[in-house]
Formats: sequence, C-alpha cells, structure tokens
Amino acid sequence: MLLLLLLDRNTTKGNLSFRRSFQQLQDRLEPVVVGVIYICGWSAILFVIAIFVFVFKESLPAITGIGTEIAAGEIEVEQLDLVEFTTSPRWIPESSKKPAFGILALIVGTLSVTFFSILLAVPLGLGAAVYVSEFAGNKTREILKILIELLAAIPSVVWGFIGIVIMNPLITNLSGEAVGLNILNAGIVLALMSVPIIVSVSEDALRAVPDSFREAGLAMGANRWEMIYKVLFPAAKNGLLAAVLLGIGRGIGETMAVLMCTGHSVNMPTSLFDPVRTLTATIAAELGEAVRGDLHYHTLFLIGVVLFAFAFIINLTADLVVKGVRDQSNV
Amino acid sequence: MAKRNILIACLSSFFLLTILGCGSRQGSGEDGSSNTIRVEGSDTMVNLAQAWAEKYQAETAEITIEISGGGSGVGISSLTQGLADMANASRKMRAKEIRRAKNEYNLDPQEFTVGKDALAIYVHKDNPLEEITIAQLTTIYGEGGTANTWAELGITVTGTENQKIVRISRQNNSGTYAYFRQHVLDDNDFKLGTIDLSGSADVVSMIEKTRGAIGYSGMGYATDGVKMVKVKLDNDSPSVAPNAANVINGTYPIARPLLIYTPQEPTGAVKDYLDWILGQTGQTIIEEMGYVPVK
Repeated sequence: MLLLLLLDRNTTKGNLSFRRSFQQLQDRLEPVVVGVIYICGWSAILFVIAIFVFVFKESLPAITGIGTEIAAGEIEVEQLDLVEFTTSPRWIPESSKKPAFGILALIVGTLSVTFFSILLAVPLGLGAAVYVSEFAGNKTREILKILIELLAAIPSVVWGFIGIVIMNPLITNLSGEAVGLNILNAGIVLALMSVPIIVSVSEDALRAVPDSFREAGLAMGANRWEMIYKVLFPAAKNGLLAAVLLGIGRGIGETMAVLMCTGHSVNMPTSLFDPVRTLTATIAAELGEAVRGDLHYHTLFLIGVVLFAFAFIINLTADLVVKGVRDQSNV
Repeated sequence: MAKRNILIACLSSFFLLTILGCGSRQGSGEDGSSNTIRVEGSDTMVNLAQAWAEKYQAETAEITIEISGGGSGVGISSLTQGLADMANASRKMRAKEIRRAKNEYNLDPQEFTVGKDALAIYVHKDNPLEEITIAQLTTIYGEGGTANTWAELGITVTGTENQKIVRISRQNNSGTYAYFRQHVLDDNDFKLGTIDLSGSADVVSMIEKTRGAIGYSGMGYATDGVKMVKVKLDNDSPSVAPNAANVINGTYPIARPLLIYTPQEPTGAVKDYLDWILGQTGQTIIEEMGYVPVK
C-alpha cells in the first residue's frame, strides 16, 4: 500500500522515461498486490470459520461425554444434561456432590442487562446523533465528534471501576437497596459504552441523506422536527437500525465491565436492583481455572457457542431487516 | 501524507519493540529456569507469598520468585500441568487432581503445611451481630437455607431499608470457597444469588461498603471498616474469636491449614526456599501478615 503511494508520487514528479519504467514496474507489481488484497479479504472469513470450528470442537465433548479412568478398566463418563443446561438456573459447576450446569440464569442476566442498556442508549444515542448532524454548528460538531470518539476509547475495565466506585454507592444511597451492583448499574454503564457506537454510526447514516431531502421537507412547510421525524428517519432507516443492532451486539459481548458491575451473582432477577451474572462474565471468570478437559471446561466452551448463536441471530436479523427496508424503499 | 508515514513508523516500531520485548523475556526465563521459582495459587496467601518472596530475594540475590494469585484451583491446575514450581493452596488437592497429575503429567505432588489461618466471618463495622453459629451460617449460605433477612437472626442493621442479607462469596475455584463449603455447609451447595468476588481482599472491601453484607475471608485481611464475628460450633458451645491463640489451641471451629504443593519431592532452589519458609524467618513473616505459624 505504502509502496504504491510512493510510486504514485514519483510518477507525477518524474519525466516521461521514468514514468514509463515506473508504469512497467506497477504493471508487474499489480498481480502481487491484488493477491495480497485477495488474501486479506479471505482471511477474515478464514478466521471466523477457524474460531467457530475451534470453539465448537472444544465444546463437543461436553455433549458427547468425557470418559475418565478412575481405576484400572473402570471408566467414569461425565456428560452434560442438555435439558438441564438450557432450562435450569442452577450453575454450580464445582459442586462437591453433584455439579449443576444450568445457564438459564446467565442467559436471563445477559438479556436483562442488555435490554435495559439498549432502552437507555437508543434514545440517548439517536438524540445525540440528530443534534450532532442536524443542529450543531460546524465547530460544535467537530468538538462533539472528537469527544464522542474519546468516549468510545475508554477501556471497559475503567467503566467497570466507575460502576463499582461511583455508581455503587450512588445507587445504594439513592434507592436504599442493600447493594448497588445490579442490573441498573451494569445497564447504565453498558448504555454509556454503547452510546458512542450508536452515535457515530447513526450520525453517518443521517449525514448520508442528501440535502435535497431536507430542503424538500422544509419547503413543504414541515418544521425542523417534523422534517427530521418524517423525512430523515425513514430515509436513514437502514443505518439507524444497524447502529441499534451494533449497540445490542456490544451489550451482549461486553465482558469486563459487566463482570464488575452486575455483582456477578447467579440469580433469576425480579427487579432492576437484583444482582445478576452474564454469560461472558462467567466464561471470563471461570475458564482460566477450570481444569483442562473437565466437563466444566468444555461446558464453558458450549456457553461460547451459545454466545456465537446470539451474535449470529442478531447479525442475521440486522441483515434481513436492512435488506427488507432497502427492498421496500426501492419500490 | 507525511503525518501518516510518521504514524505508521511509530506503530510498526511499537509492534517491533513489543515482539522483541516478548522474545527477550521468554529467553531469560528459559536460560535461568533453575533460578526462577514460579509460585501460583491461593488468593488468601498471595500477600503472604509476596512478603516471603521479597524478603527471600533480598537475602538471596540470584533467585527470582514470580508470584501470581488467581485462586487455589488455578495454582493446583498449573502445578498438575507442570507450569508452576509451587502452588499455594488454602484447600487440599482433590483425588481427581492428584490422579490427573500422576497419570497425565507423570508428577507426584507433595504437600507442605506452612501456616494456619482462621476463616473469619466478616460483617460491616456497624452491624450489631457479635456471634454466629455454624447452623446460622448454613441457613444463610446453604442451598435450601431460609435466612434471607437480618431480622431472622434477631438483629436490626441500620442503614439498609429492607434488611436483606447480602451474601458475599468467592469464585468457585477459590480454596476458601471450597473450605467454607466443606466445613460450614457440610459439602452441600451454596444458595444461588451470592455475590461472587475473585479476591480475599475484595470480599472485605465490599463488606466495608455494604451495610447489610456478610462474607468470609482469611483473618489476615481484616480492616477498620469491618468486624470479625465470633463463631460458635453450636448453641451450647462458647463463642470463639478468630485469632492466633484460638487457632493454636484448636478452639476456633473453622481454622484451616495454609498449604504449599510442589510437583515432585522438592530439590535445589525450590527446596531451599521451602526450608526457609518453614524456618525462623519465614514463620515470623507469617505472624506479621496476620496468620498463624506452624512452629
């Protein structure tokens, strides 16, 4: 890439003969460069497939059963009960009597935190995007965009700190609840983390709408709000939806901040003030110490497969919905 | 354009340096493996291990001791795979773990008791609770246990509206977790809904900030913001404070040994270090860190 740029610069400066020889060099280099770019493109697919195969392969023994030799010729087989796995809230992988591998509470934990964070982040993010793209002056816009990008650059562990050190006492003091590490805390932190993504993607979508749309809307007698609501939003639907779904993806995949802010407690929540535990946090907290080859170890990989499934469903819906919207707008 | 080139140069040199850095570190580890002792494991013992290592390294310049925590389970797991020279543990190795070390990695783990600890029950400093029985702990923590509010223990904790008991526990690879389950809950499982923290110190600092909380941790982690509750074996027994004297005379009901495992019969640098830990200086440090020496 760099080489090409250099070549490019030289060709404009050099005289005709130089130019010709560079032209030849460029022609010869072209297949190489095309090949490199080709590999770059395909490597993305290769990585996704490789990761999926690895995670799936590591999770497989949990389903098919793991045999350990306890005495000569005596083999004990441990196997995951899939019904228990999907329907039981009991996650007690290291029990000394009978381990239980139910992830229902973890799924509910992940979904409740993500849902609550999206509830906060979408209005906040869309509002900010509308302000930045439609109302802010050039200078304000540039400053805001830089600040919002800065917000996205804050490491998640720092967000976790904020949740523990600032939000935790704040929530206990304001609500009188015994402990402030809960869905509310994690949801707010996660919302603040996904706002930058929602803002930057939806702002791009809004700015991509041609000015003629805005002018036409205003010329028809709509005020600014009506123009945004009835013209811009429908026109930028695809991008806005992509923004929201990216936000959801962030919420489901986030690990460190939710590990710190949810209270990390296996629990079926009944209110916003209940501590919960998420799928990602469980993997992060337990994979490091699970004995390799153990049922616990392979089950954690199976949770990884479940997360994969979530991500796949979200992306697929995003694609289908966006495609549907596009087809409609083409008619 | 120039700006971009500088940026690229910076980035690539950064990467190069990182790669070189990693390489050289690995190299030194391989060369001087006999002079480096890798210690891993129990979070209860991590401060203690650090104190030992600092003193020992000051005395014996050519030895480097690398310490990491993570929990007894992590240490034992590394030990059985031959990735650590010593594993600190606040619980005993399980039969399954010993079998794995023997069968798969051809190791023969050795156990050494290097100190003792009282597993202290902590509450917030303003909590009026003074003593607790093992049976009460079981109703709070055990699966099927009925106690969910402080009122059920007959006390009122100021500053929490719903009087809910916030149960603080440890992550499930922790030796402290395993010890508590075995000796307090009689090997039954924990009630779901505990807040699982990953460090001994985290438990205490969480209780400091949470008025309605109860938790368990090593007695070396006590601070001014928390209170250690006296423990009674049952209603008729005397209540015993977690301190060194009561651990030594055996009256504290949930005292536990602090263990170090080695993958084989220790030799060379590891043996010297272990002898030193069990000797005068090492045992004095144990006392300074708030635990109980074995000798």
